[in-house]
Amino acid sequence: MTTTAREPRQAPLGAATPLLSVDRLSVRFLLGRGGRRGEVRAVTDASFDLRPGQLLTLVGESGCGKSVLASALLGLLPGNAQLRGTATLSTQDGGRVELLSAPESVLAGRVRGRLVGLVPQSSATHLTPVRTARSQLLEAVRALRPGLDDPAGLVDHLAERVGLEPAVLDRYPHELSGGTAQRVAVALALAGDPPVVLADEPTTGLDRPLVDRTVDLLAGLAEEGRAVLMITHDLAAARGVATDVAVMYASRLVEIGPAGRVFDDPWHPYTAGLLAALPEGGFTPIPGHPPELTALPDGCAFAPRCALLGARDERCTGRPELVRHDDRMVACRRPC
Amino acid sequence: MLTGAGLVAGYTRGHPVLSGVDVEVRPGEVLGMAGPSGCGKSTLARVLTLLLAPWAGEVRLDGAPVRRFRHAAPREQRTAVGVVFQQPRLSVDPRFTLREVVAEPMLASGRAGDVADRVDELADQVGLTAELLRRRPHEVSDGQLQRACLARALSLRPRYLVCDEMTAMLDASTTAALVRVVNAHVESTGAGVLAISHDDSLLGVWADRVMRLAP
Repeated sequence: MTTTAREPRQAPLGAATPLLSVDRLSVRFLLGRGGRRGEVRAVTDASFDLRPGQLLTLVGESGCGKSVLASALLGLLPGNAQLRGTATLSTQDGGRVELLSAPESVLAGRVRGRLVGLVPQSSATHLTPVRTARSQLLEAVRALRPGLDDPAGLVDHLAERVGLEPAVLDRYPHELSGGTAQRVAVALALAGDPPVVLADEPTTGLDRPLVDRTVDLLAGLAEEGRAVLMITHDLAAARGVATDVAVMYASRLVEIGPAGRVFDDPWHPYTAGLLAALPEGGFTPIPGHPPELTALPDGCAFAPRCALLGARDERCTGRPELVRHDDRMVACRRPC
Repeated sequence: MLTGAGLVAGYTRGHPVLSGVDVEVRPGEVLGMAGPSGCGKSTLARVLTLLLAPWAGEVRLDGAPVRRFRHAAPREQRTAVGVVFQQPRLSVDPRFTLREVVAEPMLASGRAGDVADRVDELADQVGLTAELLRRRPHEVSDGQLQRACLARALSLRPRYLVCDEMTAMLDASTTAALVRVVNAHVESTGAGVLAISHDDSLLGVWADRVMRLAP
């Protein structure tokens, strides 16, 4: 297990102002016409900052709202989604773009690919099957950098940057292995030289050496000064490379902090439960199921599964807010 | 014992994915299988679950050679090996409710009589509520759907179970929960399990022994 053996990385101290600042972001999906059949609360009051040099991993069970959060930031949600809150992106010229209220023309023309790059889940299925990797990269470079003298040269440079052999670029997607397709996807995300990179489950379906190479590649992007948000359910992958970690449960962020400290000493019982479920952590599942996002309880959504409550037979009423203690935040009413 | 001897198998003539693999899954044991992407783990799973006929070599089920594969395999042999695939969404009919997903093997093999009770018993084992059983695949999470797929694989009480990357899509807690269900099945029935995974730390705590397939 090379991943766990590595020392947790740390974000550069005193890093500059956030590139991306998300404040009380909520996403609801209305079901049926006008929400007649209820609503899905996919993301509730998510707040976090993303600074240059940071690799923030967002972890949580499947279906807890992680991917919706990423899609919301890129304006890729379906029409029945209702957004609240703000997500402010700072540009290099000192300007600001409000992502949630930006019109499609701004998102398409300035944000996607240029300010925020996306590494999608299962990259192979995101590539056009009838064109070579090189032709797709070239198209992305031409679209995102229209004035460039030597687009083909940049394609070669991008390929080298992500560790792709030049010969691989002339293959079609079905001739690429999962790990190689993932590298092509990272190269595509970098074509517009975005300061912020979102990676949505970039390691799903890859074997362990490929997972390590992919997360190392993302860590490299953070080291060169980009801000990276990696969404994953793979704690082992997150552990090795993250500078910071945010834990999501039932649509809410329940714990945020520097990766090393959160993994070594989790404050929220859900974070502790996830770590204890790892093969090397004891392999003990958290009892019960997460609540439905259509019927979230008013109080703490984790209370029915909470190990702290089970032992003490106490009730946890009222919703715990995310409270800051030094450089960490946790949403739990138990004393830490 | 579920054994494969000298298995050669593939999909394109002249390009075998497996070339001469020997494997032995013993009753009551979890055999882990590791190896890099593309080394033929899933192909071996398909041969041992009788879903792919090998080009050469022999599969034996408790001593009896398997002579026909896929639909031509005798029911007694076909139902002796259960299987759980990596991607639950690709392995269920999207029109079925989870209850129908779990019940299908029993209905297909003419055991309709005890379906209702058996589905409830299986749902309880894998941790699915009655409310979840009423839903269709698009209304549940990957983890909940994979629970249904495991219940389906256990429905005919298979003597062998092949888990092909069963937990690769799942979070840590659901992974640990499903592995416990499989282990409980092994303990109560003495079944043999082939656990295919690229996660060495998972196989380290799950498997009794680990076999590595070379690329």
